[in-house]
Amino acid sequence: MENRLDEIKNSAKNTLKEILYPLTAIVVSFLAGAILVYAFGNSPKVAYKALFLGALGDLNKFGETLVTTTTLILTGLSVAFAYKCGLFNIGAEGQFIMGSVAAVWIGWALEGLPPSIHVLLTLIAGALAGGIWAGFVGWLKAKVGSHEVINSIMMNYIALNLSNYLIMTVLNEPGKAFSFEIAPTAKLWRFSQSFEQFKYSRLHIGIIIAIFVALAAYYLLNKTVTGYEIRSVGFNPDASEYGGINVKRNIVLAMLISGLFSGLAGAIHTAGVQYRVNNLFGLTGYGFDGISVALVGNNNPIGVILSALLFGVLQKGGPMMQIEGIPKEVVGIIQGIILLFVASNFVRVMVQRYKENKEIRAQLKKGEVK
Amino acid sequence: MTKRNISLLLVLVMALSLFAGCAKPAETPGGSAEEPAPAETPAEEPKYSFGMVTDVGGIGDKSFNDSAWAGIERAGKELGVEPKLLQSTKQDDYPPNLGSMAQSVDLTLAVGFLFEDAMKTAADQYADKKFGVIDTVVDKPNVMSVTFKEHEGSFLVGVIAGLTTESNIVGFVGGMDFPVIHKFEVGFVAGVKSANPDAKVIVNYTGAFDNPDKGKEVALTQFQQGADVIFHASGACGIGVIQAADEKDFWAIGVDMDQSAESKKNKVLCSMIKRVDTGTYTVIKAYADDTFKGGAENAIELGLKEEGVGYSDGGNNVPAEVAEVVDKYSDAIIDGTIVVPSTREELESFKPVEIK
Repeated sequence: MENRLDEIKNSAKNTLKEILYPLTAIVVSFLAGAILVYAFGNSPKVAYKALFLGALGDLNKFGETLVTTTTLILTGLSVAFAYKCGLFNIGAEGQFIMGSVAAVWIGWALEGLPPSIHVLLTLIAGALAGGIWAGFVGWLKAKVGSHEVINSIMMNYIALNLSNYLIMTVLNEPGKAFSFEIAPTAKLWRFSQSFEQFKYSRLHIGIIIAIFVALAAYYLLNKTVTGYEIRSVGFNPDASEYGGINVKRNIVLAMLISGLFSGLAGAIHTAGVQYRVNNLFGLTGYGFDGISVALVGNNNPIGVILSALLFGVLQKGGPMMQIEGIPKEVVGIIQGIILLFVASNFVRVMVQRYKENKEIRAQLKKGEVK
Repeated sequence: MTKRNISLLLVLVMALSLFAGCAKPAETPGGSAEEPAPAETPAEEPKYSFGMVTDVGGIGDKSFNDSAWAGIERAGKELGVEPKLLQSTKQDDYPPNLGSMAQSVDLTLAVGFLFEDAMKTAADQYADKKFGVIDTVVDKPNVMSVTFKEHEGSFLVGVIAGLTTESNIVGFVGGMDFPVIHKFEVGFVAGVKSANPDAKVIVNYTGAFDNPDKGKEVALTQFQQGADVIFHASGACGIGVIQAADEKDFWAIGVDMDQSAESKKNKVLCSMIKRVDTGTYTVIKAYADDTFKGGAENAIELGLKEEGVGYSDGGNNVPAEVAEVVDKYSDAIIDGTIVVPSTREELESFKPVEIK
């Protein structure tokens, strides 16, 4: 029993440590942002007040912030999960789009199902579409060794154009540049249905699903054999192979699961926020934001939840800053600064890991496997 | 390890791209903020406040957003108010963005049908504030809607086409086949038939607004059928129509904005223009004069008379004698002698009017 307590204590301590560095980086970058705002000839106080009031000023605004956060948690998880296996899933964007399209299709075509089943099917369809889209990239990497970054970038554009094609043909709402609306039975429950306070926000049950999925991902990575194998491949594929882990299988699996998260993000976005898919002019940005979220969250599922909240605040508070006359680019710059600061921590972690790996290798050579 | 380095590099590139993407358009709103002299601003609270929410195209799109903003800035100068601007970064941010703007100003403006649903929500949430929407109709008591009589503008370019064609065959390339675009088609056909009763109009639709290749394909087909003047109302498909005109040496007619710059060989005869700036200006004027009226039944349609539509000749391709005839037609439309049809049914009963 005491062991168990200690274990929990230790893991909490470690989590705190993992959070501490990004947190410092965030504080520092906000200060740097303030200097920048000042240099642009605006008042930092006005800027940050607008930022936080715009994102958290009332419950409707907070609700909208959480809407963005929901999507970012899932795309962030997607990138983080792949990263744990040493893969860089830059294709979260495409998987998100495929998830949206699959969700809209199932949500529209299967009208007449009972609500709970229909919603479930819609989300599963979206997740699977994203999973297959990413799994294919993983399969290519495992089978022929082509680089997942290049492939997933290209898959993004295939997804974009495929989605636009489907939306303007089979799924097209006649005369409009978007798809049919999904059936009411496929829509996620919104807080506004029961709580007057959230009446004008689109906050939906997806936020709870997203947090639950993040916890599940944490469990999968840290408490199961599959997770152990995936992380092991991420640490050192060669050593893993030597240790009897099927590296190729894990690469495909990690990409597939990563894609499930992004696909689910798209499905939730469709079933909870948009109810349809627009003819896109360009990539949505949620997948790319996921990279930043994962990075700031230190690729830790719990960290991802927090950093998604931070990015949600930045993105939803940004418009209010614009109204106060601060160029919209400033928010982008603050985001960039946070990334840079956190990325420099990244380097430190990598250096540490490199050293550790070296040690393991040395130990392996000596034959003392721990 | 090298792969890790590659991914780190990529991340850095992406982080930097956050800066790069931001660089250009910043100047427009920022620059204008510095211009008004503080001395002019009276000490008391300004009487009016208004702002605009753009779509993802944002300021600098050389299209709707720029034009709408120009109208707002004009009104702002006249009223001594500095208008506020919010540029959307994501398509699904329209509802909260409209809400944020409405929270801080009295009148919130937006352009395009993409804002329809979002504006309904915001108009309910901020029932005591006013809204203006251009190019679509939102039926709420506190939303003033402004649309355009595209058929009147199209009629004028139809007259120009009818007087210019040598083969007596002209073409119309529409985007998607629905009522809004029919207004262009019908007005154009009526104009051509009025100016040149012998001329034939070939009508085709590309089925899209974003596919220049398709536009080019359709234009080339029409050219093969003998058309020597082609009017398009097909968004970005029109770029393809103009490209085809450059290649095969026939005339293209632009739409919405002056598109003469799109042609490398000055093959844009003229453009049917929609004055979005007049639209935003009209709404702000109504709000300042206390004549603001919401609801679908009070929606305003801007035509030739209100200078909401017209034609422009950026390439100097319309001869003076043709321009003279067009002016006569324009006068006739303004004083009501000619009622330009706006639907296919109305076109059937329309009798071409010849003015020399």
